[in-house]
Amino acid sequence: MAWLNIIIQGVLVGGLYALFAAGLSLIFGVMRLVNIAHGDLIVAAAFLAFAVVKATGLHPLTSLILVIPMAMMFGYAIQHFILNRTLGKDILPPLLVTFGMSVMIQNSLLEAFTVDSRKLQVGTLETASFPLLPGIDIGYLPLLQLIVAIAVIWGLQYMFYNTALGRAFRATSDDSEVAGLMGLDRRKVYARAMALCLGVVALAGVFLGIRANFDPFMGPGRLIFGFEAVIIGGLGNLWGTLIGGIILGVAQGIGAQLNPGWQVLAGHLVFLLILAVRPTGLFPRMNG
Amino acid sequence: MSDAILTIENLNGFYGDAQVLHGLSFTLRKGETLALIGANGAGKSTLLKAICGALSRKTGRITFKGHDIQTTADFEILAKGIALVPEGRRLFPSLSVEENLILGGQVKRPGPWNLNAIHTLFPILKEKRHAPSTSLSGGQQQMVAIGRALMSNPELLLLDELSLGLAPIVIKDIYAMLPQIVGNGMSAILVEQDVTRALASTNQFLCLQEGRISLGGEPKAYTREQITSAYFGM
Repeated sequence: MAWLNIIIQGVLVGGLYALFAAGLSLIFGVMRLVNIAHGDLIVAAAFLAFAVVKATGLHPLTSLILVIPMAMMFGYAIQHFILNRTLGKDILPPLLVTFGMSVMIQNSLLEAFTVDSRKLQVGTLETASFPLLPGIDIGYLPLLQLIVAIAVIWGLQYMFYNTALGRAFRATSDDSEVAGLMGLDRRKVYARAMALCLGVVALAGVFLGIRANFDPFMGPGRLIFGFEAVIIGGLGNLWGTLIGGIILGVAQGIGAQLNPGWQVLAGHLVFLLILAVRPTGLFPRMNG
Repeated sequence: MSDAILTIENLNGFYGDAQVLHGLSFTLRKGETLALIGANGAGKSTLLKAICGALSRKTGRITFKGHDIQTTADFEILAKGIALVPEGRRLFPSLSVEENLILGGQVKRPGPWNLNAIHTLFPILKEKRHAPSTSLSGGQQQMVAIGRALMSNPELLLLDELSLGLAPIVIKDIYAMLPQIVGNGMSAILVEQDVTRALASTNQFLCLQEGRISLGGEPKAYTREQITSAYFGM
């Protein structure tokens, strides 16, 4: 029963990792951009929620009604004013620019919020749980994270395959030159994709801030988990990203059970194993 | 010329530092179909790219319906009334046949072409509307590419290498439909390697040789030898 509990808890944690990764997967799928600043953007969203909660007294989850639109506007702006200028046949400029953004975000957060770690307080929700089976309790918060992750992935998938915006995303991803000749302004398409990505990042940031302490320098670690989930699941496949997050969460849970020091290492080892056996991930490409 | 739909004056085009179009000037009248012929690398596709805003480095003047479109961006060109059927079809592989067509019609312009009209012209596309575009045969994919361009009801249709990679029987069928495709007063520029077929299907032609116009006018005004000479630069 202990091992079943570990697997279930790992699945629940995987929901958070899937939220970390969904935005990365979306952006890679649409514009083949690897965003090195993704983890820092998640942490910045957590700090933004922290500031909103402090200023308004809102519950952290309720603060999302302000944090998500603000993050989306920021995403649109950084794509429009910065990242669109770096996109082309050479993959190096966007990598360097997002790396620079990562450094700038960390230092800006340090300047604004100091090095102290923070947390978003949600009272009893943090520890509340219900018994699923004898010896297995399910926390409401981890369950909520998983449900939100599934809803986000489903929503993105639905948008991709059933809306004009999704059609524009796929067409621009397939052939941006011909998409332009069909009347799609690729700069606006990319900016909308980044806005959507930052909306998901805002959700991930708030759940991160509720689940654990956060500080200005923990972004790169979140980026690694996000990358691993995306690559395990298969580049550009949103449902694969969810499964990748869950595999990572379960691997870390099993590693922690074997030895508390092996938690993160176990996740990395499973990632390396999958990468060695299936370099394109378990479920490569986006399929309807 | 009052009925001119497209006027090109002293057009120069570049890929990086290499000049590929040299001082091209010509006029296309409303309802006219122009064949653009020339050997590989003569600059035919580059000229089409320049017209539809996809060539970033160019000088000279391109006027469409009296408006200067020299600096018009590629994504604005469809709304102006110019659509391209690209070389090699270049359908969107992650979109179904119907989605490819719908995407072509997302810029709404008045005219006879819509999904039903495309299905009437190419009934097979209605049957295969939910199929991935890449699952179609080459000829069917060409139908999708043509339909996608027609969906915006263009006034000028640019057709780049219609017969490329297609079986002779399919090429014959597509060319048989050409009068229906470019009817209703639509103008067209047809880039084609098959010179005989191109000249038989159009009322004007231009021959490019190393980015320069080497011959042009009505096909019947020239002998086969004159056209061959202009084509190969002999």
